[in-house]
Amino acid sequence: MNTAFASHHAKRALPDFDKVLDALGAWVLAIVWISPLLFATWAALQPSGTALGLDFSNPLTFENFTYVWNAVPWIGYFTNTVILVTLILAGQLVLCTLAGFAFARFEFRGRDTIFILVLLQLFILPEVLIVENYAIVSKLGLFDTALGIGLPYMASAFGIFLLRQAFKSVPVELEEAARIEGCSWMGVLWKVYVPAAKPVYLAYALVSIATHWNNFLWPLIVTNSPDTRPLTVGLSLFGAPETGVDISVISAATIMTIAPLLIAFLIFQRQFIQAFLRAGIR
Amino acid sequence: MNDMARLQKQRLALYGWMLAAPALALMSLFAFYPAIATFWHSLFTRGTTRRPSVFAGFENYQDLFADPTFATVVWNNLIYAGVTIPVSIIFALIMALWANAHIPARSFVRSAYFTPTILPMIAAANLWLFFYTPDLGVIDQITGFFGASPTNWLGQPDTALASVIVVTIWKEAGFFMIFYLAALQTIPPDLREAARIEGAGRWTYTRRVLLPLLMPTTIFVFVNAMINSVKLIDHLFILTKGGPNNASKLILYWIWEMAFAYFDSPHAAAMTILVLLALGLVAVAQFRLVEKRTHYR
Repeated sequence: MNTAFASHHAKRALPDFDKVLDALGAWVLAIVWISPLLFATWAALQPSGTALGLDFSNPLTFENFTYVWNAVPWIGYFTNTVILVTLILAGQLVLCTLAGFAFARFEFRGRDTIFILVLLQLFILPEVLIVENYAIVSKLGLFDTALGIGLPYMASAFGIFLLRQAFKSVPVELEEAARIEGCSWMGVLWKVYVPAAKPVYLAYALVSIATHWNNFLWPLIVTNSPDTRPLTVGLSLFGAPETGVDISVISAATIMTIAPLLIAFLIFQRQFIQAFLRAGIR
Repeated sequence: MNDMARLQKQRLALYGWMLAAPALALMSLFAFYPAIATFWHSLFTRGTTRRPSVFAGFENYQDLFADPTFATVVWNNLIYAGVTIPVSIIFALIMALWANAHIPARSFVRSAYFTPTILPMIAAANLWLFFYTPDLGVIDQITGFFGASPTNWLGQPDTALASVIVVTIWKEAGFFMIFYLAALQTIPPDLREAARIEGAGRWTYTRRVLLPLLMPTTIFVFVNAMINSVKLIDHLFILTKGGPNNASKLILYWIWEMAFAYFDSPHAAAMTILVLLALGLVAVAQFRLVEKRTHYR
């Protein structure tokens, strides 16, 4: 009894060897994982042409940032991205709410078959259908417009699925109470279901914003002017190695592109991770 | 009374249809119709101003199979999937175990792992350029310190695909970690205590208790990783452009190239159909798996 107590006590005083190893491993991996970001930040602050020397004696400078700022219509790209992301999110919220509600609470012929088709769309990636979607967007006269970039993503199977699940978990009694008070179907949706699914909406919104802020291939294909080009496409045109732009300038441009989302992430870290968690569990 | 009820039911059905219609219309326009149209167009030759496109049957597919680039690109993508899927899953699992353990500065560790997830693939590629640049890049500076000669990581066939793979793993692992983290938090701590009392070591506990409990998460992550191995190609535009000599070219990049650089959309369409078939197989397999799991419950 006494020895047991002693050994327990010793364990408390001396940190477990396993735990020290765990902590060390976790930290080393964490530092390795963010090192590309750290190096790029450091490179962006070096006078151009010297960055790769890994010479820590150089003074830091912001000249790369001013150069990039003046060389590229950055504000325009940034505005385009914000408009695009807002447009897509707005469309998704409306369309997926209505469809999710239909699949969760209404019975109509063919509902289950159609729902399987919707799920199948999770696998028919818009990215894979670029050839045909490009033709469709052009025919609709939407080439090189924000709507043209956004439209293929608005009826998101993922969003419909997520909201259907959320609406299904709302107790029917709540709905019945609202209906007795004279609410229409739209009233029930707006006053009962939407508020109940708030965390799901938040999660979905964050995932959607992050996805479309970062999207590249499709916007590359359907834009061809600085008036619609989002940040990612602007960055790729600017940073392509064959343009011969210096790596510290590329780093500065990269940091400027990712800064808004990165800062938002650092501030709302907990919500972000929680959001991705919630959106991922299906 | 019965008639009233039926009428009511019909009205509800109509309402349901109307609610779903806008989303279904858009989805048909940008997913179902283009999938069918892609197949249709893959059966025709490429039209020029002089020669209009004519029906060609499966000729475009035969051309693809005869093209040595096809074999290279498919093989590259298989390697890409075969390496990125298991390696990012293993990294994700280790990260989740560490991010869930009681270690100092845990939230820093968690964000460090997760940060690449929120970066655009294009930006990630730019960040890694700094590592891969021959002679001056971070990797060569480190290996040069130990006397190794500089390597053109992105410019030689032997290392180009591997360099692309590393960036993908870096980008993906933190994302998958989240799902493992969520699953780990639902596992009661008593289980570990019980295992310890039974004399199970850490490794035994992980292998015999933890991994089986995490199996549904692993399936979910696996399916996502499979889809990503088709989808994640943005970094090729910055890092290698599929080169040198197709050594790092992946299927979707090739489709883009055929359609938008060489304006050969019939062959791009044929390749798209092959990808859709592969994705369809994945979909069916996943639905089967999920069904099995629900039966089991």
